[in-house]
Amino acid sequence: MVERAEDEEKWLAAGIAGLQQNAFYMHRALDSNNLRDALKYSAQMLSELRTSRLSPHKYYELYMRAFDELRKLEMFFKEEARRGCSIIDLYELVQHAGNILPRLYLLCTVGSVYIKSKEAPAKDVLKDLVEMCRGIQHPVRGLFLRSYLSQVSRDKLPDIGSEYEGDADTVVDAVEFLLQNFTEMNKLWVRMQHQGPAREKEKREKERSELRDLVGKNLHVLGQLEGVDLDMYKETVLPRVLEQVVNCKDEIAQFYLMDCIIQVFPDEYHLQTLETLLGACPQLQPSVDIKTVLSQLMERLSNYAASSAEVLPEFLQVEAFSKLSNAIWKVIEAQVDMPIFGAVTLYSSLLTFTLHVHPDRLDYVDQVLGACVTKLSSAGKLEDSKSTKQIVALLSAPLEKYNDIVTVLKLSNYPRVMEYLDNRTNKVMAIVIIQSIMKNKTCIATAEKVEALFELIKGLIKDLDGDLHDELDDEDFKEEQNSVARLIQMLYSDDPDEMLQIICAVRKHFLTGGPQRLPYTIPPLVFSSLKLIRKLQGQDENVVGEEASASPKKIFQLLNQTIEALSVVPASELALRLYLQCAEAANDCDLEPVAYEFFTQAYILYEEEIADSKAQVTALHLIVGTLQRMHVFGVENRDTLTHKATGYSAKLLKKPDQCRAVYACSHLFWVDDQDSIRDGERVLLCLKRALRIANAAQQMANVTRGSSGSATLFVEILNKYLYFFEKGNPQITIAAIQSLIELITTEIQSDTMSQDPAADAFFASTLRYIQFQKQKGGALAEKYESIKV
Amino acid sequence: MNYLIGAFKPSCNISITFADGKSRKQVPIKKENGQTVMVPLFQSQENISGKISIEPLQGKKVEHNGVKIELLGQIEMYFDRGNFYDFTSLVRELDVPGEIYERKTFPFEFSTVEMPYETYNGVNVRLRYVLKVTISRGYGGSIVEYQDFVVRNYTPPPEINNSIKMEVGIEDCLHIEFEYNKSKYHLKDVIIGKIYFLLVRIKIKNMDLEIRRRESTGSGANTHVETETLAKFELMDGAPVRGESIPIRLFLSPYELTPTHRNINNKFSVKYYLNLVLVDEEDRRYFKQQEITVYRLPETS
Repeated sequence: MVERAEDEEKWLAAGIAGLQQNAFYMHRALDSNNLRDALKYSAQMLSELRTSRLSPHKYYELYMRAFDELRKLEMFFKEEARRGCSIIDLYELVQHAGNILPRLYLLCTVGSVYIKSKEAPAKDVLKDLVEMCRGIQHPVRGLFLRSYLSQVSRDKLPDIGSEYEGDADTVVDAVEFLLQNFTEMNKLWVRMQHQGPAREKEKREKERSELRDLVGKNLHVLGQLEGVDLDMYKETVLPRVLEQVVNCKDEIAQFYLMDCIIQVFPDEYHLQTLETLLGACPQLQPSVDIKTVLSQLMERLSNYAASSAEVLPEFLQVEAFSKLSNAIWKVIEAQVDMPIFGAVTLYSSLLTFTLHVHPDRLDYVDQVLGACVTKLSSAGKLEDSKSTKQIVALLSAPLEKYNDIVTVLKLSNYPRVMEYLDNRTNKVMAIVIIQSIMKNKTCIATAEKVEALFELIKGLIKDLDGDLHDELDDEDFKEEQNSVARLIQMLYSDDPDEMLQIICAVRKHFLTGGPQRLPYTIPPLVFSSLKLIRKLQGQDENVVGEEASASPKKIFQLLNQTIEALSVVPASELALRLYLQCAEAANDCDLEPVAYEFFTQAYILYEEEIADSKAQVTALHLIVGTLQRMHVFGVENRDTLTHKATGYSAKLLKKPDQCRAVYACSHLFWVDDQDSIRDGERVLLCLKRALRIANAAQQMANVTRGSSGSATLFVEILNKYLYFFEKGNPQITIAAIQSLIELITTEIQSDTMSQDPAADAFFASTLRYIQFQKQKGGALAEKYESIKV
Repeated sequence: MNYLIGAFKPSCNISITFADGKSRKQVPIKKENGQTVMVPLFQSQENISGKISIEPLQGKKVEHNGVKIELLGQIEMYFDRGNFYDFTSLVRELDVPGEIYERKTFPFEFSTVEMPYETYNGVNVRLRYVLKVTISRGYGGSIVEYQDFVVRNYTPPPEINNSIKMEVGIEDCLHIEFEYNKSKYHLKDVIIGKIYFLLVRIKIKNMDLEIRRRESTGSGANTHVETETLAKFELMDGAPVRGESIPIRLFLSPYELTPTHRNINNKFSVKYYLNLVLVDEEDRRYFKQQEITVYRLPETS
């Protein structure tokens, strides 16, 4: 290969040298107005182009040099004609050259001057030139020669408005000339494929692709002719070009030329000739990448439609959609070997087109998806990434267009398409859908739609068949489930009944999600339900009483069951929190039994499931906190629950935890805004007990570590004392406070006490608080007056 | 002849002038010594007239047994050198025997001379027309002077001039159909035609159209045939496929053609052929030769 390339360089250099030498003599002849010599040397110069040794790329280099020289010769011919030399004689004279290639280059050059002189109708000269060029049957040489012809004649075509237009010369002649040149060039180009040894196929195809623009140039010029109006395009240009495209039966040519047609001619023409253009597609070779061609077309038409609303009626008028969808169907039918990827790409483009052109026709969109399903059904689940990517694009398009999942949910074929995605992609798509909802804040307001939506995102909601857990990244899973959780707030209806329906629907789906998902999905559902309850609670009580409609009671039942589902996970801490939330909600609804039930559930969980001591501490504080706020309970129920809670506190493992839990419990007996719950004695009991425990803790520390622990617990208890003191609990006496302060002071000053600056600071600021209260004046100050610090 | 004149210094100058010498068209002719000279042009049945002037050298007199002028049409075969066949010979006596002392002029005229053949300069044969003035003398040989002239005969365009159309081929290999628009072409004509490829199974490299001149001289066992290729005109470059049609347009004017001569005085013939040659990639040549008639069209100027 390297050797070949070197040889080629050498040949090119030789060719250029020969060309330059003859060009030199030609210039000399031109300078001395020696026509005969000029012709002789120009012919010799052009003979360098007869080489077969150069690749198209190198040949082009040589050609360009010759091209430049020919421009000079053309100038000379013009001069000659001006000096009175008959252009017709010149036209004959150059044809005396014995070798055909130089002869034809010269003929084209003179021909160009001939047309310019207007001594003969342009059409006759053009026709003669394009005919004579048939003599070159060698593909590369022929292509370059005809390209030269096309180049020199380009500004001399009898187009409308051109100076060469006349009675005898019309744009029809220009079109005829270009079409013929195009046809011949394409034939030469296609022929390259079949010449030379089979093993060089790849090289040949590369060379061919280097030459393709020479062929396409003709179409380009055609596209720029003013005179090619819609009628002419429809009647002459397109049918003739397509005939050539179809008949050449060459994959590379068909693909390139179809693309060329689409790019070169105006969108409006495409629209009006859709049937013809599309009709050609199924006739192309099966290996042609027709999907790209059609996609390009649809993209262009989409952009055209988007460019101005005025053109939309045209689309309707020509029934662009049905024509396109028909064509795609036929192409898929005709190209049995077309990969699924191709078909999906086609549908994807068609969908984009539909969305642009017929945004109001959901049925069209659904139709496209349906057709896609039909095609996919023959292939089963998609495995290759290219296809799935396309499907994602296909499915995302309507989302992007409508910015409204509700519209998309109306598409019955949408979930059916999704089913063909592999699980991973299915999830990706589901997340796309959710993101779309979140971004657009689309509210999904009926249970029916919710059902449809969950059908779409079921990949996230539950394990699909064959789903392998281990391949899923934990982070990703969390991310997914968080998306689902976020989604819940968008499922919302103002109508309580409908909302209940929605909740039921969501619940039904969530419960199928398995233990991994429930911890993520249940909480938002619970809160969504609680939100509904609050809403109902705000409404007139009487309405609530009706049967079969949403009532808080009913919802609470539902919630109970829902939270219960967490037990399989198990996620007892979470469940406990949720129970407590519910209990609080029930409290607000004045539903004592319900609230009691929730507490019971919470207690059971505490007793049976929560074994970790840290978790126990947290849970207990939650329980205490919640219980403290409950006002719905009667004395008996409350007693039971508080009793239990205090009991739990004393049974915590670590002494400091015990201590803290116990003094927290003191609040259960003193609720500020509830006169019925102000049991000062039991408060004091709790605090005393806390003190005892703190002492015990201190001693234990002494024994085990040789130094007593920090005084923090005492300071905390002191704060509780002060709190209840301020609240007016009669059982909290100044003396008790006083002694506690002294106790702490001693503790801090004792040698055995380990240094704890935090505790010191805490104590100091507590004392400062007392001082502050004293100085503030008022009733509280009087109370504090007697405390000595 | 010249050396004779050189050896014995001619005692007089002979000049031959044509009556319409100034206005008559002159054409170039190649002499035996390779020089090209311009000579007047005639056609058959023209009057050839003019005058001969004989001017003795200073102080000399020319004694003679009579002065005559001959118009000769000769065919000269190169392989039979020195032998002229006069197919035309006309004589005019200009002077009775006597003496010439000073410049003397004799008018002459050959009226409506039949000159059926054209002047021709071929490879093996020459046909020429010449005026020959002879001053016969009893001693020292006669004094002779020649004046060449050219005869060209014009033919009106033929009434019937069919095209040449033919399908030829090698079985399962190459089938072509070619067409030349005429079978008779005048010298400045253009050959228009096309070649249509019906079947191509060989890799053709190029295709030429040749103009060949076949000059045959003598007859019977002594026939000499000389073929020259006057034109080699490339028609096609590269390998065509089935269905291609390649145009032919060949201008004849650049080539030095003569009209077709058929069996001139039973001495020679000159015929023209179009030879279509296809060359394949292994340089094998496939050809088909067709005779065409070349004629001289009256000049319209």
